Amino acid sequence: MNLSRFKEKAIEGVFFLNGLLVVFVLLGIFWLLIVTAIPAFREIRLTEFFLNHVWNPTSYVQSSYGIISLLVSTLMVTVGALCIAIPLGIGTAAYLSDLASPRVREIVKPIIEILAGIPSVVIGFLGIVLVGPFIAKVFGLYNGLNAINGAVLLAVMALPTIVSLSEDALKSVPSSYEHASLALGATRWQTLIKVKIPAALSGIIAASMLGMGRAIGETMTVLMATGCSPAMPRGFLDSIQTMTATIAIELGEVAYNTTHYYALFGVGLTLFVITFFINMASDIILDKHQKMAR
Amino acid sequence: MNGKKIKEFLGFAMLRVCVGVVGFILLIILYDIFSKGAGKISLEFLFSMPRKGMTEGGILPAIIGTIIVTVITAILAVPLGMGCAIYLNEYARNNKMTRLIRMSIRNLSGVPSIVYGLFGVVFFVQFMRLGTCVLSSGLTLGLMTLPWTITASEEALKNVPRSYRDGSLALGASKWQTIRTNVLPYAIPGMLTGTILGLARAAGETAPILFTGAAFYLPFLPKSLFDQFMALPYHLYVMSTQHHAIVKVRPIAYGTALVLITLIFLMNLSAIIFRYQLRKRRME
Amino acid sequence: MKRCLRILLIAGALCASAGHAHAQKMIQIKGSDTLINMVQRLAEVYMQKNPGKVIAVTGGGSGTGVAALINGKCDIANASRLMKDKEIAQAHEGGIDPKRIVVAIDGLCVVANVNNRVNQLTVDEVGKIFRGEIVNWRDIGGADMPITLYGRQSNSGTYEFLKEVVLKGDFSPRTKSMNGNAQIIEAIKQDVSGIGYVGVGYVKGESLNVINIASRPGGEYTSPLNLSAVRGGTYPITRPLNQYINGQAAGDIRDFILFELSGEGQRIIEEEGFFSLPDEYAGFNRQNIGAK
Repeated sequence: MNLSRFKEKAIEGVFFLNGLLVVFVLLGIFWLLIVTAIPAFREIRLTEFFLNHVWNPTSYVQSSYGIISLLVSTLMVTVGALCIAIPLGIGTAAYLSDLASPRVREIVKPIIEILAGIPSVVIGFLGIVLVGPFIAKVFGLYNGLNAINGAVLLAVMALPTIVSLSEDALKSVPSSYEHASLALGATRWQTLIKVKIPAALSGIIAASMLGMGRAIGETMTVLMATGCSPAMPRGFLDSIQTMTATIAIELGEVAYNTTHYYALFGVGLTLFVITFFINMASDIILDKHQKMAR
Repeated sequence: MNGKKIKEFLGFAMLRVCVGVVGFILLIILYDIFSKGAGKISLEFLFSMPRKGMTEGGILPAIIGTIIVTVITAILAVPLGMGCAIYLNEYARNNKMTRLIRMSIRNLSGVPSIVYGLFGVVFFVQFMRLGTCVLSSGLTLGLMTLPWTITASEEALKNVPRSYRDGSLALGASKWQTIRTNVLPYAIPGMLTGTILGLARAAGETAPILFTGAAFYLPFLPKSLFDQFMALPYHLYVMSTQHHAIVKVRPIAYGTALVLITLIFLMNLSAIIFRYQLRKRRME
Repeated sequence: MKRCLRILLIAGALCASAGHAHAQKMIQIKGSDTLINMVQRLAEVYMQKNPGKVIAVTGGGSGTGVAALINGKCDIANASRLMKDKEIAQAHEGGIDPKRIVVAIDGLCVVANVNNRVNQLTVDEVGKIFRGEIVNWRDIGGADMPITLYGRQSNSGTYEFLKEVVLKGDFSPRTKSMNGNAQIIEAIKQDVSGIGYVGVGYVKGESLNVINIASRPGGEYTSPLNLSAVRGGTYPITRPLNQYINGQAAGDIRDFILFELSGEGQRIIEEEGFFSLPDEYAGFNRQNIGAK
C-alpha cells in the first residue's frame, strides 16, 4: 500500500519537474542573455547603447553601438504592419463570427490556418521577387526593398494570430448581449459595432498585441525584404534595418567573446524584454476580458 | 429605417471585402510559388545533390537535413510537451507555481526566433561544446517548439470528458492508473495531431538554425548528429540572397519554396487525417 | 498510433547510433563571397580528380570566414581582404596561427547602370560617393538624380577593403546592404540611379557600366577589365584574394592549395573572371606551404 502511494507521488513528481522545466527554460534564456550581454557594457556606456542612433561596430573611425535607429526601424515596420493587419483581421474575425454560414466558415478557417503555416522565409522570398518590385512600380522607386515592403509582409504574418484570437473574443461575448440588442430593434450591423466589438474589445486588443509581438520578433522576412540600411529612416520608402535583422546579419561574422558579440546579445536581450512586456500586457488585458465575460 | 439598412449593407460588404482580401493574399502567394516552382519539380530535383556551384542539380541534402532536424526537434519537444501538459491538466493545483508555469509557456511562445538562435549559440554550440551541428539546431528548435506542443497537448487532454476520470477513480484506480488507462488513450491522438502541427512550423524556421548548424553547401548528407546540415528554409534564403548567380538560380529558389510549403502542408494534412481516422476508429 | 510511436523511437535510436560516428572528415572552407564562386569550382574539379576527398565551401563574407578560422570552425578562410591586427591577436589567443596564401588577383569594379552616362571617376570621387558626401549624379557629370548606394554588409571583405583603401572613413549609413555580389548586380541592373562595388569575376557577361577609375584627377582612367592595368598596378583598386589557414599548409589542405596555384587551377580562376597570380607572389606563398 505504501509502495504504490510512493510510486504515485514519484510519478507526480516527475511530471511536476517536467512542468518546472518550462519555467527553467524561460529563466535560462533570460539569464543567459543577461550574462552574455553584460560584458558588452564594460566597454559600451548604457547611455550610448540606448540613446545613440548610430550602430556601426566595425567603424573606421570609432565603433558605435547605438540601437535607436534599429529600434525605430523595428517599431516603424511593426506599426505599419498593424495598421494593415488590425483592420483586416478584425473585419475577417467579425465576418467569421457574425456573417459567415457554417459552410463558408469551413472554407475561410482553413485559409487562415494555411496562411499561418507559411514560413517566414517564404514570405521574405516573395518580398524580394513579388511584392518589392510591385511596390517599386507603384511608388515610382527603383528598388522595392524598404519599410513599406516589410510592413506589408509582416501584416501577412501577423494576420492569422489577430484573426483567430479576435474571433475567439467575439465568440465569447455572451449571446444575451446580442439578443438584447436585437430585441431593442438594432440591426445586426449595429449590434456588431456597438455591442459585440466593444464587449470583446479587451480580447481584440490582446490579440493585436500578440500580433505586434509576432511582428517585432520576425527575423527572416525583414532581413530579406527591407534593404538593410542601418541609418535612421526618414520615411516608409526608406530602407531600414531592424534589431532582429542586425543580429542575423552580424552574428555570423563576429568572433566569439568580443565586444561586438556581447553587444549583439544586448540587442537580443532588448528584444526579449520588449516581447516579454508585450506578452505580460496582453495577458493582463485578456485576464480582465475573461473576468468580464463571466 | 432605410438609413440603418444601408449602413448594415455597406458594413457587411466591408467585412466581405476584408475576407476577400485575406483570401486573395493567400491565393497570390500560392499561385506565384506554384506557377514558378512547379516547373522545377522533378525526380532529379528531389533526389539528387546540387552541382556546379548549386546552379544545377537538386536539393536532396536540404530535404534530408530538414527531415533529420525535425525528427530531433520532435524527440525533444514531444515527450517533454506531453509531460508538461499532463502535469498542468491532471495534477496541478491552482497555485502560484501553476500560474508561473503557464505564464512561462505564454512568454516562451512569444520569444523571437532569433533570440532562440542566440540561446542556441551560447548554450548548445559553445557551453555544451556540441559545436555547430544538426544536434544543436535540433535542440534549439525543440525548445522553440515546446510551447506549441504543450498547448496542443493540453487542448487534447481538456477534451477528454471529466466523467472518464471520475468513473475510473470511483472504481478505486489510482491517479496515474486513471491517466494511463482512461485519459491518455483518448488524448494521445489529439496530442500527436497538435504536436505534428507544431513540428510543421519548426520545419519552416530559419533563424534558430542560422548559426547553430545550417550550412550553405555540403557535398554530402549528414551522417552523424555532429555534422552540419543543409535545410530547406536556409537553402531558400541563400538561393535568393547570397548565391553568386541569384537570377540564374531563381527557378531553384522557387522550387525550394514549393517543396518547403508542400512539406509543411503535407505534415498538416497528415495530422488532420490522423485525427479524423482515430476519431472514426473510436466511434466504432 | 502505437505504430507511430514505434517509428519515432526507431528514428530516435538511429539518430543516437549515428551520433557515435565521428563528424565527416573534410576540408571546410568558409568566407568571402567574392572568392566563393571560384573556390567552389576549384573544389569541384579537385574532388573529381581526387575521389574520396571531400571539400565543403560556404560563404558568409570574409568576416565570417575569419571568425570561423579564429573559432576553430574551418580549415581555410577565404578572405578578399587582409586579416586585421586585432583578429590576428584574437587568433593567437585561441591557439590559432593564421598563415596567408594568395590565390588570385582582383580588380575591384565600381559599377553603375548601363543607362547612366557617368563612366569615369577618380578614386577620391568614389570615396566621397560611398561616404555619402556626394549625393547627386549631376555633381559628377551625370543626370540630376540622387545617388542610390548599394553595398555589402559588414561581414564582407570587399566592404572592409574599400573602407580601408578608398573611403578611409565610414560608409554612408544610407547604403542598402546586400547579401552578396550578385544581389548588388541585380539591384543595379534595375536601378538607373544606383552605384555599387563587386569583384571583377562577377561582371563577366553582365550588361553593366563598369566605371573607369583614375588614381588622381587628371590621371589616366583605367578599367578593371584590363589585365595589364590590374597586373601592372595602374588600376588603383587592385587587391590580392587570400586564403588563411592555421599554421603551415599540410596534408590534404596543402594538396588542395597546390592545385589552386597550379596551371590548371589558375586557368579555372581566369575562366571565372578573376586574374591569375603574377610571379612575385610565388615566393610569398612558398613560405606558408609546408613540406609534405
